[in-house]
Order: sequence, then structure tokens, then C-alpha cells
Amino acid sequence: MLLSVHDLAVARGGVPVLEGLSFALAPGEALILRGPNGSGKTTLLRTVAGLQPPLAGRIDAASDAIAYAAHADGLKATLTVTENLTFWARVFGTGDIAPALAAFALEDLADRPAGALSAGQKRRLGLARLLVTGRPVWALDEPTVSLDTAAVGLFADAVRAHLARGGAALIATHIDLGLEARHFDVAVCKASPRAAAEDEAFL
Amino acid sequence: MIALLARDLRLAVRAGGGFGLGLAFFLIVTVLVPFGVGPETELLARIAPGILWIGALLACLLSLDRILALDWEDGSLDLLATAPLPLEALVSLKALAHWITTGLPLVLVAPALGVLLSLPAEGYLWILVSLALGTPALSVIGTFGAALTVGIKRGGLLLSLLVLPLYVPTLIFGAEAARRGAEGFSTATPLALLAGITFGTIALLPFASAAVLRINLR
Repeated sequence: MLLSVHDLAVARGGVPVLEGLSFALAPGEALILRGPNGSGKTTLLRTVAGLQPPLAGRIDAASDAIAYAAHADGLKATLTVTENLTFWARVFGTGDIAPALAAFALEDLADRPAGALSAGQKRRLGLARLLVTGRPVWALDEPTVSLDTAAVGLFADAVRAHLARGGAALIATHIDLGLEARHFDVAVCKASPRAAAEDEAFL
Repeated sequence: MIALLARDLRLAVRAGGGFGLGLAFFLIVTVLVPFGVGPETELLARIAPGILWIGALLACLLSLDRILALDWEDGSLDLLATAPLPLEALVSLKALAHWITTGLPLVLVAPALGVLLSLPAEGYLWILVSLALGTPALSVIGTFGAALTVGIKRGGLLLSLLVLPLYVPTLIFGAEAARRGAEGFSTATPLALLAGITFGTIALLPFASAAVLRINLR
């Protein structure tokens, strides 16, 4: 198992959001997280990525297994596409960025400052970062926001190739990516009443 | 690690990166002082070390909120926190990048600005030495303040209020060393205390900065 989660409870701002989550990801598997806005998908992904401690339960994964991609792409507007991607490749200690540029059709934009890219192009660059991390488990939060149909296709291909290489993916999304994947509705794990209503704006 | 330092330095010299901002501020403050206190060279010579130190400190303060806030806003801080780089190393590198882009230029121009304040010739060396020894502490303490305020929108003023009191010991011993040097006295004691502050903060504060950053990232 690349990632297994046992009876996990997660909280946002001290308020329990989800509880009793259990799932596991083997090499080659993808799990699609579903659930309405504010149901706790982002909180779950941030917990799995290690950015916040779980309220209860256990997450078993190698410390260097998870590559996280958030709503924000973490791009520097004044660096070019190549410089942005090379930076992440060096941080994660991997070398070649050419396959990542190719996978997301960014070759023609390689020398463009990231600030001059469109929203969809920025997203593609943000997703290309996943390929240069060289990590087996992708934890992705709404990866297809602002992508057009062709780019969604590129992304789905990249995920398929990643799974074929023995990787795994945990994806929160509202659209159908056409992947062979299990679906998991986080709403069934909604935490008990105290968690409800008021703080949903922060989820 | 080198990659992060190289990126921060590159970002600083690109458009809007803020390199030179602190330097220009330092220059203007120093030039304004003689207009404010009058052109008497004796008075200026006496207050020159203190003015140069306060100017350097304020110039340093000016760029503190860029250390972590920019990375927080565009999401790269979250991504860096999940990268194979300990947060302690991250904050140390951020402080180092801040010192190279802000502190080091201040150190190098301070003797030249001393001329504008008719600093005695013996003082040039000591203002250089005291700033070189003291400004790393300013960057490290500032990074701690930046880590404390990282989640707060427009947290610049709060950051200044938090950090300025922490700058007091550095200022006291730094300015004292420069003043004694300029007046021809021994500078050993204030310099030793200044070095103690600098090395102490470099050794300990990154752990505190990383701890508060971890909490702020939740």
C-alpha cells in the first residue's frame, strides 16, 4: 500500500469536519473524492499531505511519498515557465523537466514569464510540477479548475501514465475525468452535529 | 537548498522584487538627517553611528514582510512545506536570502554614507564591522516575525510592532560598538555581545520560526 488511512478525523479551525475515514491506495489505483462545496475535501487532502495534524486516526505513508497540489499553483510571476519548473525539480532532487513540459504541452511557452500565462496555462504548469516531484502519491485538490477540454484530456493522460508507472492518486474533483477509479463521497463521513453549520465558510 | 536560495535571489533582482528598495531608503534617511538637525559637523559626527544603525534597522524592517508573505500568497509556501526540505532549513535560507539582498548592501554602503554625516575616519571600519556582525541577527529575527504574521493579510504594521522591540539589543550593542570605534575607544565588549546575539539567534530562532510557521500553515 502506498497510502492507507485508518479511522481518520480531520478538523478545520478546531471544528471537526470529517470523521471515520478509512481508505487505502495501492500502486496503480486512483481514488476520486466527491462531495459538495465545504464538505471537507480540501481539509482531508491537506491532512493527508501533512500540512495539518489529524484530529484522530492514522495516516500510513512514507514521509516522502506524497506530492500535493493545491488551489494555488505556487508560481512566481517573474520567473519563466522553465525557471519555475526547474526550481521545483531541484527542490525535489529530480533532473529533467522536458517530459513534464511535454506532458502538459508547455514547450512553446517555456520562455514565457509565468505572470504572462492565462489561468489555464498556469494550471497546466502547476500540474506539470507533479511530474518533476517524482513522488508516487498525488494528492490533488480540484486539479481541473480553469482547464479547457483538451487540457483536461492531457491531465487525465498524465494521471493514467502515473498510475501505469505504479503511482497512485487521490483527487478531489467535481468533473468526470474518464479515469478507471473508485469514487468516494466524503459527505457520508461528515462529522457529528457540533461540526455543522457555522464555520462552513472556512472549509 | 541552493535551489531555494538561488530562486529567492533571482526573484529579488527581477521586476518588483524589492532589491535596492532598502538601500534607497537607507540613503534617503541618512541624507535627510543633516537637513533635520542642521549642518554642524561636530554634532553630526557624534550622532552618525546611531543614525546609520537606526537607518539600517529601518531599511531592514521595510522588506521583512516579503520574506514569507509572498510565498504564502501564491501557495508556494504550502508546496515547500511538503517538499523534502525541513522548515528549519527553509526559514534559515529565507533569512540568508534576505540578508544577502538587504543587509549586505547596507553594510557595504554604510561607510560611504558616513561621509555625509561627517563620521570620523576611524569610524568607517567600525560601522562596517558592527553592521556586518549585527545585520544577520536583524534578518533572522525578522524572519521569525514574518513567520508569526504569515497568515495575516496586510500584516506589515503588526510585523513591525512585533519585531522592533526584539531589535533593541542588537541596536544597542551595534551602535555602541560603532560609536566607541569612531571615538577611538576599545570596541571589544560591545562587539562580543553583538556577536553573541547574532550567533545565538542564528542557532536558535530558526527552530522557533519553523514551529510557528507549522502552526500558521494549518
